[in-house]
Amino acid sequence: MPPTVRTAFPSPHELPEPPGAEGWQRLYPYHLLFQRDRREEDESAFWFCDSQHWPSVIKPFEATAVEFSVKGMGQFNTRYFVTPTAYGMDRRIHQGYCYLSPVAVPAHEVQARVPEFLQRAGHYFEHWQELLANWKHKVVGTIRELEAIRFTPLPDVQPFEEVEAGLGLDPSDTLLAGYDRLIALCHRNWQYHFEFLNLGYAAYLDFFTACKRWFPDMPDLGIAKMVQGVDLELFRPEEELRKLAELAVELGVDDVLIGPEPGPRTLEELGASPDGRVWTEAWRAARDPWFNFTSGTGFYSSDVYWRDDPSVPLHYIRDYVQRLRKGEPIDRNLAGLVAERERISAEYAALLEPSEYDVFEAKLRLARQAYPYVENHNFYIEHWTMGVFWRQARELSRLLWADGFWPAEDDMFYLTRDEVREALFDHVNGWATGRRPAGRTHWPLEVERRRRIMDALARRPPEPALGNLPESVTEPLSVMLWGITPERIRSWLDGYADGDLVGVPASPGLAVGTARIVRGPEDLPFVREGEVIVAPVTAPSWGPVFAKARAVVTDIGGVMSHAAIVCREYSLPAVTGTGTASTLITTGQRLRVDGGAGTVTVLDPRTRQTSEVGRSPS
Amino acid sequence: MTGQYTVELGAGADAAADRIGGKGVGLLALARTGSSVPPGFVVTVDGFEALLAAPDLRRGIAEVLGKLDPFDPAGMENSSSEIRRLVCGSPMPFPVAEAVADAYGTLCAGAGHDVPVAVRSSATAEDLPDASFAGQHDTLLWVIGTRAVLDAVQRCWSSLWTARALGYRAAQGVPEAGAAMAVIVQQMVDARTAGVAMTVNPSDGDPSKIVIEACWGLGEPLLSGEMNPDHYVVDKVLLSPVRTRVAAKPRELVAAPDKRSLLRRPIDGDRLYAPCLNPDEVVKIARLAKEAERQYGRPLEIEWAVARDSAASESLQVLQCRAETVWSKRSQRSPVVPPESGAAGIANTLLGL
Repeated sequence: MPPTVRTAFPSPHELPEPPGAEGWQRLYPYHLLFQRDRREEDESAFWFCDSQHWPSVIKPFEATAVEFSVKGMGQFNTRYFVTPTAYGMDRRIHQGYCYLSPVAVPAHEVQARVPEFLQRAGHYFEHWQELLANWKHKVVGTIRELEAIRFTPLPDVQPFEEVEAGLGLDPSDTLLAGYDRLIALCHRNWQYHFEFLNLGYAAYLDFFTACKRWFPDMPDLGIAKMVQGVDLELFRPEEELRKLAELAVELGVDDVLIGPEPGPRTLEELGASPDGRVWTEAWRAARDPWFNFTSGTGFYSSDVYWRDDPSVPLHYIRDYVQRLRKGEPIDRNLAGLVAERERISAEYAALLEPSEYDVFEAKLRLARQAYPYVENHNFYIEHWTMGVFWRQARELSRLLWADGFWPAEDDMFYLTRDEVREALFDHVNGWATGRRPAGRTHWPLEVERRRRIMDALARRPPEPALGNLPESVTEPLSVMLWGITPERIRSWLDGYADGDLVGVPASPGLAVGTARIVRGPEDLPFVREGEVIVAPVTAPSWGPVFAKARAVVTDIGGVMSHAAIVCREYSLPAVTGTGTASTLITTGQRLRVDGGAGTVTVLDPRTRQTSEVGRSPS
Repeated sequence: MTGQYTVELGAGADAAADRIGGKGVGLLALARTGSSVPPGFVVTVDGFEALLAAPDLRRGIAEVLGKLDPFDPAGMENSSSEIRRLVCGSPMPFPVAEAVADAYGTLCAGAGHDVPVAVRSSATAEDLPDASFAGQHDTLLWVIGTRAVLDAVQRCWSSLWTARALGYRAAQGVPEAGAAMAVIVQQMVDARTAGVAMTVNPSDGDPSKIVIEACWGLGEPLLSGEMNPDHYVVDKVLLSPVRTRVAAKPRELVAAPDKRSLLRRPIDGDRLYAPCLNPDEVVKIARLAKEAERQYGRPLEIEWAVARDSAASESLQVLQCRAETVWSKRSQRSPVVPPESGAAGIANTLLGL
């Protein structure tokens, strides 16, 4: 056995598994696990828990999104743009959570990569708009193909017409091909996801670093505010909700929308009147594509997409209608944001020497050119592509469930994607053979066993990091998106310092309020007016809930993380990247959040979690 | 009340630097910015010149200056004392004394009682960015009553010839003949907290920061370097604090309970280690400094005080304002960011991580 490497964070090999979770390793592909035979290598690396994208335990099928996304990120750094200092990220799933480790380029290879990078990245920056237009075309094309996939139940016997035409094939051909297509198209859009993203963050990092040299200790926030786009497609779904709320008031159909349980019935009721039909027409127009939008991260089969559950957007619309009826404005002050962005940029520029002004302008221009993508791609991939992907996967799960493969409709996600391929062949083989497929006896028990393991894993929050402290972090996304810097990592090790949690000052302002732990979108309905949202991570689509909150605190995320951007849009104080806030703070504690200093103070540290008063969205 | 010998410190007043000195001009400009400046007046250079019109005094001064040896420090001290004795001993011309007494009377009439004032020299060449004369001349604090004010004015005039000022003029080749002195008489703020604000970071010349130093009570112990102040660094564009260092502040200079004099007293308990400004006050001071810099068009050092017991809206007062002289003198900073942009800029940045 190799000698145990002394690490600052726990070694994945020494973390005991939660009781009841024994055997969890067999739920994931071998290459996603920390393996004994590469223990030394794994322990000497630095691994951070990516709770920004995977805040809760990952089901076996959902590991697909881990594999595709992290690979996509790597391929563009390593092979496509030949980023001088950064390869991709190694990734593991450990006890249900995703851990990432930035891979640095060996020092002796760095220089040789520079000219390659200049040519390749230079080409993209130079042709940004046309390449981006093509990107949108490619991505939407993939989504259309995904939408076209059909998982139709197999017929009792094949129709005579097929025999008559001499088809000679059965529908399993389409079924199997459809599944392969589903996986391949998902992989494809995850590649496109990173085609512009790494460069977007790199351009931002370049401007960021320059600002920090010109103006030592400049708040990250000032830089973010200069770069940030305001009229972004990512905010369009919410914009559509606001427009629908305004339209309802205008048409005088808002009474229907503020009923007690908004849902499909609300839409039916509206459809009964002429004015209501005008509104439902507008609803349908907004729905495709803008309601392919989730309050989750898009990485979970259980993420609820507005498109699939109209009660979610209807609840938000109800909140907006109520605010309109109280005479409160619901529009974001876009002109104000733009004016503020221009003021800040001009003021910093004016502080520079005249000879530095051109460099400032050029770097800012590039960052601004690249930046909208960093937000907007979310809509196209995490929301739209993945919304369609999960919907299709659920369809397939239902088909196999109907054949007796598992106890509940969505249980297919307890299988890895390769196991699903096997199960699907088992299903078509049973159909072809005329005997019951083995899956009917094999999977129900196995799925129940896996469900118990997942439940056991979910009872323990993840370690924020594993392995060794890194010497430096040279990967643009790690720094800008995850907020991973050596200083921040050390602050995680220290945990509480003077009773304060320290994170990234992500959106300025001071707020005192009661903590509300939000582990995922399912907790959103519990958030009450004036509470401080404390979450492992937030998604930009939590926007309407942010309107109720007084401040936001997250475990993971830099100044350009989703939480940070949305909080600035809503003028809410936010501290991101605290590492452990959501595990150290409990619902009900009084917090002081200083979004300008990046500190969170627990004002009554001895308070224990009071009995949770669950409140359904009403 | 403005005339030949006195100029009231008010938004409407105007006077040239050669009549009221650099500090006087600074205060008038401040008053025009709408900053809250304690009321007061400037005794113009004309008053000083009226005193020096006495032939005996001129002759006496000229005699001492004639024997001056800039390389003999002890001799300089003696010459300085000699001149200052002559200046203070010469009677203040009646029209000047009357104007000063009237102006002080007006100040007190506004308050309903004799008010404590600070009496400061405002040399015509002081505080220019290229001649760091600051601190060479006298300042008298908490002066109360007409007689005391007149004496203090005369003492300030005499401080044109402190040994330091004599030595400085000799070394810089500033002719003695042109030296003149105005005097500022300004109502004192009974400060809870006071200090300075600089519109560049004095430690590295970073123009995007405002650095505030503060102590309990009056600001003089801080200005004279007797104590460690609290230190606040504020981003000038966002007006958000980026760093705060709170010092132990064991003493403060405050008005005595009868308000007739100042006393130095020890600080104990919570206030010893507590920040002497709250975050709102830090931002307010920074905002004021930023606005003043914008109006002046150059980096500044500002003295301010937060009054002990006035309404929150008017508790922050600006006492002084002068051009920053250290970093303003430097030629262009050497570039800290390589000039490449685009992909080349990114490659540079990545290689530097």
